[in-house]
Amino acid sequence: MLLLTCPYCGVTAEETEFHGGGEAHIKRFAGGSDDAEFTGYLFEKKNPRGVVFERWRHVYGCGKWFHAARCSATLEIFGTYSAQTVKPSEAVISVIQARRPDWQVKP
Amino acid sequence: MSEFKRKSTDGEIEISQPDFTGMVTLRADLANSETIINIERIIGLKLPEKRKLIGDLSHGMAWMSPDELLVFCADPAAMAAQLNAGLSGAFLVADVSHARAVFLLQGDGVREVLAKGAPVDLSPEVFLPDDFRRTRMGQVAVAFWMSGQSPDSFGLICFASVQEFMFDWLVTASKKGSLPHYL
Ligand SMILES: [Zn+2]
Repeated sequence: MLLLTCPYCGVTAEETEFHGGGEAHIKRFAGGSDDAEFTGYLFEKKNPRGVVFERWRHVYGCGKWFHAARCSATLEIFGTYSAQTVKPSEAVISVIQARRPDWQVKP
Repeated sequence: MSEFKRKSTDGEIEISQPDFTGMVTLRADLANSETIINIERIIGLKLPEKRKLIGDLSHGMAWMSPDELLVFCADPAAMAAQLNAGLSGAFLVADVSHARAVFLLQGDGVREVLAKGAPVDLSPEVFLPDDFRRTRMGQVAVAFWMSGQSPDSFGLICFASVQEFMFDWLVTASKKGSLPHYL
């Protein structure tokens, strides 16, 4: 059971009040892209064991989308942060580095 | 809309529906100081804090999200007209009175009835007067709040289209002898 905190309304609730939206910080390829780019965007998700960045929506609450960083092996939540960003916040990166010293920020 | 109002008095709590509640959705940037001044002037109440209700069902406002309020009033058409005339910039006003259903829940088991269906800490030390929480009740999207100072009096809103189901759910969840008397 994941306990997520919505950064918009401040509610902390278990995951059934939210809805997962898949891998975060991916570049959208649509009109004008070639088939390989679009296939990659649509189907080729990283899904690593360990630190993952995801999009979530507070679907039964304030309705807002946000980002979450968590561990896919232990279900530990490192932090949640605004949807209005293209990369993880510095604050959440430092939490992850403290909790997972071997983890590297990938470009 | 049907004028039939549901009521149940033979469970652990009393469940009823008010005759009519005017409800107007207002979407606007609630961090904008000019917008705040205009809203407070038109409604005649202070903007509610995050996840709070100010006032009551006859004259009140509930915080729904950083850019959404639900306004309670007696005359939603007049309220919508006033908001449309008095606000500027990007905003949306919609009379949702007939698209939402209101339930009034009363009795000393009310927190335990709600706790059966919502992932919310409903202990009296945590869920406080005028707290307004959007969440789910079973599988239904709802918002509920503690009315005034009584820890045994709650209000709940859901979409009007699921009010029959919501009523049946609440009646079942409040059957006599079904509460643990823990909260
Ligand atoms: Zn939220």
